[in-house]
Amino acid sequence: MGVFLDQFLNQTVLAKYTPLILKGAGVTVILSIMIVLAGIALGALLACLRAYRIKPLSFLIVVFADVMRALPPLVLILLVYFGLPNLGVVLSSFTVLFLVLSLVLAAFAEEIVWAGITSTPKGQWEAARSTGLGFTQTLGFVVLPQAVRMVIPPLTNRAIAITKMTALGMVIGVPDILGQATTAQSFSANASPLTLAAVAYIVIFLPLVIASRWLEQRFTQKGH
Amino acid sequence: MEAIIQQFFNLEIMAKALPLVLKGLGMTLLICAVVIPLGALGGLFAALASVSKNRAVRWTAIGFVDLFRAIPPLVLLIFIYAGLPFAGIQVSPFVAVAVGFFLNNSAYFAEVFRAGILSVPKGQTEAARSTGLSQGQTLFWVILPQAVRNVLPDLLSNVVEVVKLTSLASVVSLSEMLHAAGLVRSLTYNASPLVLAAGIYLVLLWPLIRLISRFERKIDS
Repeated sequence: MGVFLDQFLNQTVLAKYTPLILKGAGVTVILSIMIVLAGIALGALLACLRAYRIKPLSFLIVVFADVMRALPPLVLILLVYFGLPNLGVVLSSFTVLFLVLSLVLAAFAEEIVWAGITSTPKGQWEAARSTGLGFTQTLGFVVLPQAVRMVIPPLTNRAIAITKMTALGMVIGVPDILGQATTAQSFSANASPLTLAAVAYIVIFLPLVIASRWLEQRFTQKGH
Repeated sequence: MEAIIQQFFNLEIMAKALPLVLKGLGMTLLICAVVIPLGALGGLFAALASVSKNRAVRWTAIGFVDLFRAIPPLVLLIFIYAGLPFAGIQVSPFVAVAVGFFLNNSAYFAEVFRAGILSVPKGQTEAARSTGLSQGQTLFWVILPQAVRNVLPDLLSNVVEVVKLTSLASVVSLSEMLHAAGLVRSLTYNASPLVLAAGIYLVLLWPLIRLISRFERKIDS
């Protein structure tokens, strides 16, 4: 037990590296918020554009969503981070991580919102149009508000899964929780920073996971 | 345009990388073959426990699921691979990947199976039991087949996520596909090997993703 405490919860190591990991937590939280806002906004916008059923545009949106959902995010991150500088475009690792994960979330969000739009009964469209609302007004004021309720549980789950991927930033040197912890671990030759990192992720994401469970229950019960 | 082709779609470099990347693909598929059945089985058990009548069992299962949904898989992987040796437990990259992804996948599969089990009406259990089937028989022959059918798109999309997840194994230098592609990239200073790997992932997963989208549309209608 003594050895375990010494290696995984070492007081001296924890005291020394806690500030660093807290700083990393700040980066993780800010990055996550930025990704959720940008990803969901872009995804919802794409789903709305798809509702106009302009063939070439819809096709491009579907291809974008499919490719972003099929490729592992780490492959995209490495491609952008190591590939673009060869074309003279140098982006910071923070920017690369933000861009890639926002696009990935946008792809999933587009599919989820689109499913919400298509599952709104046709009668709703017809009724709204017959009262004189235009297409865009119908979409914005009648269809989307109803789709939101259906869309919130899967969107929450997906947003959590993708913001957790900010940990991948460690591979390209983003100073997030995991990045700070692995650096600290190699400097201190002790596993305590990793324990602290795991705890930090649990503190940030466990409440979100529990909230998503609650949301899911609430919305599915009301839906029936 | 020339530069893009040179840096991202360089056929000469892709041809050089191909044997190594294909070998990596073998490892990627091996990881999938181990982790998907294990994760699905673990998830099924956790799901059954999470709908148990026993409160302690139920909350333990839900706690397990939520905990491993909260921890990023890469954190879990690094903790097992780089952390456990400090406790005297040295594991190979493959074992670290198998254990880490098993815990992560079980949690995600459990959520899907749980939703499936809860989607089967109570009357089904009552009817099955009243025909003389035991509790185990009811579960196996009546509830689970319907549960799986109801969540088939989610199960498939979980499988897609697992295949994508295997790319993280490259971080603990397990020589799967991304690791191989990354290696050739660092030797040639050219992104084409990564594009090649991306292309293979796309070939593997695009059909599944199309299938999932089609399923979802069918269920709507």
